[in-house]
Amino acid sequence: MSETGKQRGAAIDLSAVSKAYGSFRALDDISLHVEPGEFMTLLGPSGSGKTTTLNVIAGFTEVSSGSLQVGGRSVVGVPAHKRNIGVVFQHYALFPHMTVGRNVAYPLALRGIAKAEREARVKRALDMVRMADFAHRYPSELSGGQQQRVALARAIVFDPPLLLMDEPLGALDKKLREWLQLEIKRIHRELGTTFVYVTHDQEEALVLSDRIAVFNRGKIEQVGTGRDLYDAPATLFVGRFIGDSTVLRGRPRGDRSSTALDIAGETVTAPHRHAGDTQPVLLLRPEKLTIRRPGSDRRDGHNRLSGTVSEAIYLGSGSKYEVRLRDGSTAIVRSPLTDTSFAIGETVELCFRGEDAKLLADDSTADTTLT
Amino acid sequence: MSASDAPSERAASPRRSWGPLALALPALVLLVAVIGYPLATIVIRSFTEPQAGLQNYSWFFSTPVNLVVLQRTFTISAWVTLVCVFCAYPFAYAMTAVGPKLRMLLTLCVLIPFWVSGVVRTLSWVILLQDSGVINSMLRSVGLDGVRLIRTQTGVIIGMAQVLLPFMVLPLYSVMKGIDLRLVQAARSLGAGPIRAFFTVYLPLSLPGVYAGAIIVFILALGFYITPALLGGPRSTMLSTLVQNQVLSLLQWGRGGAMGVVLLVATFLLLALAGPLMRQRHKQGTR
Repeated sequence: MSETGKQRGAAIDLSAVSKAYGSFRALDDISLHVEPGEFMTLLGPSGSGKTTTLNVIAGFTEVSSGSLQVGGRSVVGVPAHKRNIGVVFQHYALFPHMTVGRNVAYPLALRGIAKAEREARVKRALDMVRMADFAHRYPSELSGGQQQRVALARAIVFDPPLLLMDEPLGALDKKLREWLQLEIKRIHRELGTTFVYVTHDQEEALVLSDRIAVFNRGKIEQVGTGRDLYDAPATLFVGRFIGDSTVLRGRPRGDRSSTALDIAGETVTAPHRHAGDTQPVLLLRPEKLTIRRPGSDRRDGHNRLSGTVSEAIYLGSGSKYEVRLRDGSTAIVRSPLTDTSFAIGETVELCFRGEDAKLLADDSTADTTLT
Repeated sequence: MSASDAPSERAASPRRSWGPLALALPALVLLVAVIGYPLATIVIRSFTEPQAGLQNYSWFFSTPVNLVVLQRTFTISAWVTLVCVFCAYPFAYAMTAVGPKLRMLLTLCVLIPFWVSGVVRTLSWVILLQDSGVINSMLRSVGLDGVRLIRTQTGVIIGMAQVLLPFMVLPLYSVMKGIDLRLVQAARSLGAGPIRAFFTVYLPLSLPGVYAGAIIVFILALGFYITPALLGGPRSTMLSTLVQNQVLSLLQWGRGGAMGVVLLVATFLLLALAGPLMRQRHKQGTR
């Protein structure tokens, strides 16, 4: 809401932050740097520590150990109301006994801002979220999406250098959610404030974020742009959490320069070397696999796996197939529309280049946390 | 643009029907029989005994002691209500904040007095408050002067507040447990310190409970008989004692009835004044 516009966001630095509840470590040695003005999404399944991280930044939860800086200043021990950070909650948290206008004016009144300026700023904030016509309504008279826009206006009206959003669209239906994602993106662009956004929805994370931090079991698995996470997942958990993927497991038979997996009698090789002590797996994105009828022309250097089509989904722009491999696991393939189509139950062959497979260590924990 | 985010359709309200009224019938019959009929009798007698006319009312308003006692009844009831609010508010809040086991214990503390007869409770206050009672002995043992509590207005207020406290705690608790504490957290994030957050968010949202409890306590206090009779002296007589005196000692049913009617009308007037205030709060408090 500032007149000056851009470059008003605060940087955030979490360094070796831990939070323990008894013996349970909600946050386990988290370090994260957020650039001023960046849109950072904390992504992960429920209970992974992303909301705890947000609460730590907001000041609702104190860290057990580690340091936390906002805008270059340590805020450890600073109570929430002195941090000057905007927070948008999943449950809106509008004050039911105040009108929309008074809700948005609330943080300004606390700061002792004179009435005339207060009114002007409330109007500007409500304009920004396109809710100016609703200033005299009570929250109970608004729909969920409208309430969340008012909550957003209230969180930005006092010009905080940092805005935290905790699954703000979680309670809304899909269409409204998609529209509000674009609204949030626009507001982020217009304000230049640093946004930290918590979600468990990977599509939402990809739409909104400059960078995404993927949380799992109280740790950050990887921080990167959506493309980084999709093309070069650092862990199997990240690879499976972002986008569709096929995970190949098998008995390793590699030498030093490459990795070979024996999958129910079929051998695939990848030119990567894997560190000895963990079980290697290969992760493939759907578009890196090609599907074809068995016995078609052989292409050298390609790995081949046989299986049967268990699901065929027409996507408009192409088709998506789920193929049951010999070892019982499922592969996901996307093929362009021009290709031949395959029927459920049909025996097929999947091909991929070894260098397109991502070699990762098998963290079997990823299986239990993904539902 | 904002029109594209239309409120989701509301659930159709269930059709009104008279059927469920049958469920209330037994209680209604009982109420009419045990309250409506005697009440009607009292009103009628106040205008007809010993002969038809307004003489009972003109007697009431022309006798200074009646007016003094009427005013005192309202003053004592107001004090009792105030004491109850200030004792019950933190107690009810504590009930919402503690774990389930402690909450059970606190609820028991509120309810146990209900299981003890009012006379017994009041007599135990006599033991505590009397000049040679527990409180005064304690004061003297630490070298302080004793205070006169029994047969004073203060003693009556203390005793009545204790008896009526549950009627304040329970409505307060039921409102408070519905308050979303995340709203207080939101207030904190917007820059409110704990005290500001309490006064701007928590307190306004808990006011419906305060009003409900205050009205119940105030109305019950207006009609209190045993506690003021046992703990009070001649200078703390409340209206119910005068009524009893007129009806049972002097057999002046008409005058006693007139006193009751005056009290009833005054109570209704007060409710009528408080009503709009509460309705407004109620509307805003819904989510």
